[in-house]
Amino acid sequence: EKADPQKTAFLLRKAWTLYSVTPLYRFRRARLRDYARLLGAFIAAEKQKGLAVEVGVELDIKVALSSLADLRGSELDQAALLVQLSSRSKASSRSSEDKLVWSGWFCSVFGDDLSENVPEQFTCLPLFLTHGAESYTSLVGSWFQKTFDCCFRRLAISPLNLSWMVAMWAGCKLDRAASAVELIFSVPRLSQPLDISYAIHPEDAKALWDTVQKTPGEITQEEVDVFMDCLYAHFHRHFKIHLSAAKLVKVSTAIASAHCDGIVKILHSQYLPGVLMLLTELAISQIQ
Amino acid sequence: HLATSLPLPSERDHLRPSIDLVVFMIDIKSKYSLKNVETSLAHVDASFFLGKVCFLVTGVGRVNACSIETNAVCKLGEAYCSPVLFCELELEGTRIATAQRLVRMLRICAGHIPGVSALSFVSLMRKSDDD
Repeated sequence: EKADPQKTAFLLRKAWTLYSVTPLYRFRRARLRDYARLLGAFIAAEKQKGLAVEVGVELDIKVALSSLADLRGSELDQAALLVQLSSRSKASSRSSEDKLVWSGWFCSVFGDDLSENVPEQFTCLPLFLTHGAESYTSLVGSWFQKTFDCCFRRLAISPLNLSWMVAMWAGCKLDRAASAVELIFSVPRLSQPLDISYAIHPEDAKALWDTVQKTPGEITQEEVDVFMDCLYAHFHRHFKIHLSAAKLVKVSTAIASAHCDGIVKILHSQYLPGVLMLLTELAISQIQ
Repeated sequence: HLATSLPLPSERDHLRPSIDLVVFMIDIKSKYSLKNVETSLAHVDASFFLGKVCFLVTGVGRVNACSIETNAVCKLGEAYCSPVLFCELELEGTRIATAQRLVRMLRICAGHIPGVSALSFVSLMRKSDDD
């Protein structure tokens, strides 16, 4: 499924914080305008209560909800849902003054594992990505939880999953010069925290992956293990440090980067569906 | 007796009492610990694998810090006919329970429990496979 690159351009090169979301109960696509109005009122009410977000300038928050029909894996997936909060200073009421302060979107890319087993009145959009102040995220999250009886949880990414990502992404073919493949490790149990950054030339990384992968389009745990073991062995030969005993906290490639706290940045539109499919899978396994 | 890897240094062979149970500890957060155990297994005499070896996987409380697939450890247990125990050392409750369990196993392996020997562990493991 190819999404229109213009529509999805806003997704790229931004750091998105990931959450898993349980299915939404009685969510109606036709009521997006109503929901936007209700969410806007909820945010305004919370601000009145003093749970205000912005200190200083009085800002009106305008909410927009829209569907991104192209952002899905198959017809079985629900179309993605985009939530945008814009601020308009009270002084001016011209819409050109609107500034986007927070965005979040729900999506499902090949999330059949979840949607197959769920009763009809539920809408499955297991992956939630946010960009903007945490306080807005919690306001939006609370409203969705109250309205659709769903549950949000931060999606952490284990070192095991990060190594899958770096193996998959390092092996992707790119037309132009790519940035280095970088792995960042944190060393445990030291008095001073120590981070090790291991950067590999992207062509070397791809060449290594090509020798490891047996069937194009298919990846096995063994192949990921062999790929990582080669990188660890190479590092050990030079620095006498066993990276396999450290914690892999972040991986970065020309396609995308991911941090174990559940923060991703997608850099290349061509591989957007692939990355979202992997993240959807992680979100679903966290829910189940 | 605690060792970071096998084989044990030969200098102290004559001073060492006989070994009744070998517990291989694998930290789920460290791929290195799994590799270390795999290499050390080669140095264990085959007779130990009749119930005198077990694998202890630690750190299982933190699912998000996994560097090892639990499947891989279970396969290791099956390959060597030895039980795999999971625990979280940072929690006092499981730590104590696991220690008690290991001591019970050790007493059986050392022959202190009449009527039960280390071989019982092997047959217990086979039973669960047949289910």
